[in-house]
Amino acid sequence: MYDVTIIGGGIIGTAIARELSRYKLNTILVDKENDVANGTTKANSAIVHAGYDAKVGTLKAKTNVAGNAMFDTLCKELGVPFKRIGSLVVAFSEEEMVTLKELYEQGKINGVPNLEIIQQEDVRKIEPNLSKEIIGALYAPSAGIVGPWELAIALAENAVENGVEIRLNTEVTAIEKNQEGFLVTTDEGHFQTKYIINCGGLFADRINNMVNTPSFKILPNRGEYNLFDKSVGNYVNSVVFQTPTKHGKGVLVLPTVHGNLLIGPTAEAVDEPRAVETTIGGLKYLKEKAQKVVPNFPFSTVITSFAGLRAKVATNDFIIEESKESKGFINVAAIDSPGLSAAPAIGKMVVEMLKEIAGNFQGKEDFNPNRRPVINFMELSNEEKAAMIEKDPRYGRIICRCEEITEGEIVDIINRKAGATNLDAVKRRARAGAGRCQGGFCGPRVMEILARELNVDITEVVKDSKSSYLLTGPTKSSKHQEDSDQLVAVSQDK
Amino acid sequence: MMKTSMVCIACPLGCKMEVETITNGNTRYIVTGNKCPRGEKYGVKEMTNPTRMVTSTVKIKNAHLSRLPVRTSDAIPKDKIFECMKELEAVQLDGPIKVGDVIIKNLLGLEIDVIATRSM
Amino acid sequence: MEKYDIVVIGGGPAGLAAAIEAKENGASNILIIERDRELGGILQQCIHNGFGLHVFKEELTGPEYAERFICELKKQGIRYKLDTMVLDITEDKKVMAINTVDGLIEIEAKAIVLAMGCRERTRGAINIPGTRAAGIFTAGTAQRFINMEGYMVGKNVLILGSGDIGLIMARRMTLEGARVHGVVEIMPYSGGLTRNIVQCLEDYQIPLYLSHTIIDIKGRDRIEEVIIAQVDENRRPIDGTEESFKCDTLLLSVGLIPENELSKSAGIKIDPITGGPIVNESMETSVEGIFACGNVVHVHDLVDWVTEESRKAGKNASAYVQDRLIREKKPISTSAGKGVRYIVPQKIRLENVEKNLDLMLRVDNVYHRAKLVVKDNDKIIKVIKKNHLAPGEMESITLNLEDLERVVGKEITVALQQEEV
Repeated sequence: MYDVTIIGGGIIGTAIARELSRYKLNTILVDKENDVANGTTKANSAIVHAGYDAKVGTLKAKTNVAGNAMFDTLCKELGVPFKRIGSLVVAFSEEEMVTLKELYEQGKINGVPNLEIIQQEDVRKIEPNLSKEIIGALYAPSAGIVGPWELAIALAENAVENGVEIRLNTEVTAIEKNQEGFLVTTDEGHFQTKYIINCGGLFADRINNMVNTPSFKILPNRGEYNLFDKSVGNYVNSVVFQTPTKHGKGVLVLPTVHGNLLIGPTAEAVDEPRAVETTIGGLKYLKEKAQKVVPNFPFSTVITSFAGLRAKVATNDFIIEESKESKGFINVAAIDSPGLSAAPAIGKMVVEMLKEIAGNFQGKEDFNPNRRPVINFMELSNEEKAAMIEKDPRYGRIICRCEEITEGEIVDIINRKAGATNLDAVKRRARAGAGRCQGGFCGPRVMEILARELNVDITEVVKDSKSSYLLTGPTKSSKHQEDSDQLVAVSQDK
Repeated sequence: MMKTSMVCIACPLGCKMEVETITNGNTRYIVTGNKCPRGEKYGVKEMTNPTRMVTSTVKIKNAHLSRLPVRTSDAIPKDKIFECMKELEAVQLDGPIKVGDVIIKNLLGLEIDVIATRSM
Repeated sequence: MEKYDIVVIGGGPAGLAAAIEAKENGASNILIIERDRELGGILQQCIHNGFGLHVFKEELTGPEYAERFICELKKQGIRYKLDTMVLDITEDKKVMAINTVDGLIEIEAKAIVLAMGCRERTRGAINIPGTRAAGIFTAGTAQRFINMEGYMVGKNVLILGSGDIGLIMARRMTLEGARVHGVVEIMPYSGGLTRNIVQCLEDYQIPLYLSHTIIDIKGRDRIEEVIIAQVDENRRPIDGTEESFKCDTLLLSVGLIPENELSKSAGIKIDPITGGPIVNESMETSVEGIFACGNVVHVHDLVDWVTEESRKAGKNASAYVQDRLIREKKPISTSAGKGVRYIVPQKIRLENVEKNLDLMLRVDNVYHRAKLVVKDNDKIIKVIKKNHLAPGEMESITLNLEDLERVVGKEITVALQQEEV
């Protein structure tokens, strides 16, 4: 019997799980995927928005500004890369400058600190590589960039360190209301829980509809991105938006916390909640749109492209409320942009809601907000490096050449709570394979380490999902082996 | 008289050759376009008994890798390649092995051996 | 701080040849640093034959070719560190490396030879659309799995790119029991050697789709389907020419990129066309005393040429540490004219040319009955007739010292001329 069941291990589910781990509660988080942070959380713009964009009075406005302010402490506690680099919304015409003024006013009401409208020459001082046609910008120094999956993984890990249980590869197939709360049926068996928090992301409507009358419909909206080599990572210094028009927000250009450059996203309504493929049209669109802002950018430095889905709804605001039909069932749905920025605030908010429903919970005296420190070997001093290798020689072996990630770091992230069990999970946690060769050299080595640490055969190591196998079996062991008994013994001259 | 065009594979140069088959009395072949005698030999062979070198691996234990690379000591008839692969599949070696060691003697009765291409 | 006369970075064919040649030319205190667990580099996974015809006058497999050099290296007593990664090199020739035994290693070298080789271009770099399913491998990664680790990467395979590794892998996977549905090439000609088309594709009836590219990849967990389409002369897919392949694996053989992150950290000037350091007649880079050879300079078609070039680098690195290399003030530049993509070396100091000098180059398209013309301004120095030229094959032009000494201009140009039909 669980007190709280969180369905979905994205940034929202993990933020809530970590917040709940402060209390004496029996909490479980279930996710259908082979890792946490494996949906929208792993493919988005990785921005901590300032909060001028959301309409005044909305949940988005409220949680964005509040969430943004929590990032410094949170990321410090969890050892997650976060940089408050500021954002610019650039304008190419007087008409767009009017829009900027509106955003400025909206931001002020929302409580965004230190917003400023700046002129051409100041834009150029901050961003010398932008188009000369830009006449001004809205500058929001509180905006930042973060590693979104790193944050969700760290939240999950810290939640587990504080007693939360996580079950992956567990898809909720039915929910039944009963006396004690809910009976949750998954493809891995049933369990009983008092409360449910639905953080099902693109599948949140389906989860809701298992026990409630449909009250919202998730409209998946695809965004494609291009990621560029670190050699162009400092092409811009801040998050650069185009002025939103009635045709959309336009694509943005920004550095990532690891020093790459990111351009995206597109915006396209799709039918399928899993349609994360990239398209020829989408990738072409990105280039065309980005060239308006960075006309001389070397697009040939692209190292990968990817797509993510936003879980939109028609009402265009977050849904964070207890179901009117099912007491103790809280929907945290429709968390599209600025969901990442709002996540820490949403975590707090949902716990408060749960307290209202369940009465006050008892806090844990031994709650530890600090995740076991993460090792970034290459960021250590030479003395520290030498000491580290002395203690564990595996820190002296570079596995990923492009990002310079050692075997010691990879072993560490496999053996952590909510640790990596597959190739992409290693990439998300330790960046091995995230560089310019995209795992061409280190892939086989990482698979070898995964197999050794998890004590499985290397053919069982997968890329991502349970069925995303990489190897089909050993060579020299095909079907003809059964009828090969007529073969003679081998002569071997030494 | 019949002309067959082919690309010589005797070395990476890839000469474009023509082989003329002359069938009055004894069948003879005239090779043109080759830059060396190996090309001529290849051209005639391709018309009479096309052969290929086979390079592959065999299973090995007590070595730092689990496969040892091998090759045939000479080219074998093209139609025997898959039979050769079947023979290789049955091999299980124990290290150490030295480059040039004979792994299969007289492969398929062809009087050609399979030899190790590295020490391990 | 360890001290060496020459530090060679990379223990593949280039590094091995450079180190041995340096030793044979009088340098004594030499160290090779190799990041893999053994010497030989990519040759150890290239188990097919076709290596050594020029250097050894016989046809060897990759591992055999490597072993000859490794044996020689050991005989010469040249030192090497395996499983060791160079993290940084500086302009004043300090090398920072790391391994599990020595920890952090700081080395001071009199000369450095860069021999890091190249890496494969990835799916991301050419922006192939579709899902992120498992089953997409670069041909070299697949080759390592199959030939060294002993694992198959798939059963139904499509290969993008008709470079040599792609062609070799088409045959290799077929022999190991996979079905190779075809090799897809965006250009109207293959990027590989003709003999590999014959013995890797035609022998096994594997179709080659020229002027085609991949427009979509389907499958959520593992690839299930790959869609290709014909392309027009601007390499854009043509509607209505789509063809679908049910396959679980896609191998990419879409180009090699010299690995020059270390070179850049030492401030070495890079040629934007080759992607490798700009070098002179002695294979010395723009930083004095740092030499480079093999695929780190420009991607070669045959390992034999890598060996020759690396011997030159090793010999000159040795001359440099013995103060025998002449540093002249004004080198002659080489310049790629019409039809020629690049020339290596980019600079020539005549004082260091002994009898003659080989210019290595690649052309930009397939040509028949053409001439490579070397000019000093308008004066023709040399003309070489070629029946067949292709971008996949390296060409070399040997210039002798007398020709070079007659050059009056600051640069010599090599251009391609079509012969009148």
